[in-house]
Amino acid sequence: MTETTIPVDNGVNTDALLGAREQLSGAPEAAEFTWVANCSWVNGTFSQTTVDGFSGLGQEHRHRAPYTFDADHPECFASEDRGATPPEILLAALASCLTAGVASVAQHRQIQLRSVTATVEGKMNVLGILGADPDVRNGFNDVTVHFDIDAEASPEDIQALVAQSQKRSAVFDMVTNPTRVAVEVG
Amino acid sequence: MASPVLHVPVVIIGAGHAGLAVSARLAERSIEHVILERGEVANSWRSERRESLRLLTPNWQSRLPGMSYRGDDPDGYMAAPDVAEFITTYAAAISAPVRTHTTVTRVAVQDLRYVVQTDCGDWTCDGVVIASGASNVANVPAVASHVPASVEQVDALTYRSPSDLDDRAVLVVGASATGVQLADEISRSGRPVIIAVGEHVRLPRTYRGRDVFWWMDEVGVLDEAHDEIDDLVRARHVPSPQLIGTPEQRSIDLNALTDRGVEIVGRLVGISDGVAQFSGSLANVCTLADLKMNRLLQRFDEWAASEVVCSIDPPMRFAPTRVPDRARLDADFVADDIGTVVWATGYRPDYSWLDVPILDPKGRIRHVGGITEAPGLYVTGLNVLRRRRSSFIGGAVHDSDELGEHLVSYLVGTGAHA
Repeated sequence: MTETTIPVDNGVNTDALLGAREQLSGAPEAAEFTWVANCSWVNGTFSQTTVDGFSGLGQEHRHRAPYTFDADHPECFASEDRGATPPEILLAALASCLTAGVASVAQHRQIQLRSVTATVEGKMNVLGILGADPDVRNGFNDVTVHFDIDAEASPEDIQALVAQSQKRSAVFDMVTNPTRVAVEVG
Repeated sequence: MASPVLHVPVVIIGAGHAGLAVSARLAERSIEHVILERGEVANSWRSERRESLRLLTPNWQSRLPGMSYRGDDPDGYMAAPDVAEFITTYAAAISAPVRTHTTVTRVAVQDLRYVVQTDCGDWTCDGVVIASGASNVANVPAVASHVPASVEQVDALTYRSPSDLDDRAVLVVGASATGVQLADEISRSGRPVIIAVGEHVRLPRTYRGRDVFWWMDEVGVLDEAHDEIDDLVRARHVPSPQLIGTPEQRSIDLNALTDRGVEIVGRLVGISDGVAQFSGSLANVCTLADLKMNRLLQRFDEWAASEVVCSIDPPMRFAPTRVPDRARLDADFVADDIGTVVWATGYRPDYSWLDVPILDPKGRIRHVGGITEAPGLYVTGLNVLRRRRSSFIGGAVHDSDELGEHLVSYLVGTGAHA
């Protein structure tokens, strides 16, 4: 009896990532990246943000094409709803960051994924942003992420994938920990 | 008049368990050497340890080359004075050539040899073994400078006992063995305690009726070598496991602290305007620790199923860590009446006297299993130096043998020792 092993392929090049980790540990300056987004007001609460260039590995880079995000407020906020709300874009960033992490960790651990879906909910009391109650914060009070993962692995291994992806996620870190933000004008 | 410069083939820096073990190995091989010790033998165990401190490892695991534990409590855990006595007895038994009250002020390369300067005379030598310890300095994060002036701060090296603390609430930062032990004893003293928990290692004191270190020893975890460990940097710097050595062999995980009334919060990530901020990642670090513990228990169970092991209890699993539904994200030093911050945030070695370029950008000695890039210069007594067991006193048995052998080959090769 022979058994054919199909190589695990989640489409993530973990060898390249591990190689980069090795090289960058010896060259800390090259590990410094700067990500850039440019936002233009269009009208009302509608704005468009474009990402294109960024820097890292000691040089400038460009995405294969500029990517644009439309942001607006919904009609129940008396806006035109021409895009996602900025908090929704944050939820999208969190979900996609964790999902990318799940795929990468699964590849590294030789776990074949069949499907991964995530539902992210952020709970917010809008009295904060409306300035109606100084005791209510503007942002999310609670964020919940629910993953449904179909993979060739035990439930414990799948739980460990999700836990490890949180541990290595940039957006999870930024959402769960304070970040210094400097805003300048002119 | 300057003192004469003495020459000796090998200088060992530090007369703790690791330096003495190397001394025994050099004596076995008839290599003349001297051990330079800033204080007394086992100095840090005499003067830099809190009152309640006990080893995490059971007594029977405390071994040095040619000496095993001979007391009447093999399953107990030595207190700091017991460790000092154990090491001092060893130094006498091997007639270790220790120069006490001799502080090394500089080690450098000079004319293809090493020069070791001290506060009472200089030495030249062909080999140097750094055994000055892994825990010379408390790692206190920069955020400490934002703690309000009305709040006392102590670290794991300066803390002695709860009775030294202010009566108000205490914020313990860090959930290593030290962090959970201090949270436990401070809570028992009646003070309200908040513990800030980042990544941590959860282990039960006993599993299936045996000490967790018995399992790690038998199953081979402690013998995993530095070149077999998947992520060595992480293994060397992971927080110490949440264990305590008590006669009743109790476990001291976060659930035990919660039962005592200790408040569990996320990692301390900032202090701003008198408010400490905690990470929202608490649930995940607890999940990671539970999963990791269960993988280890699974490994124990698989080993036990394939061996003939007498008198162990059936396999079981511990309750998952109970994470507060809405762990708070901040604490106000004034409103929450916090009088003390205890930094249980780890230690680091002090190499300020080392003038040989073998440190990495983080100030750690670059080495492979204790062998540095500088020929004839070795380091020992560090976490996971050559194998996981290296983190514990008993690890010095093998480490000293292998480093001693390497050092002798080096000396023979250079013609320093024919």
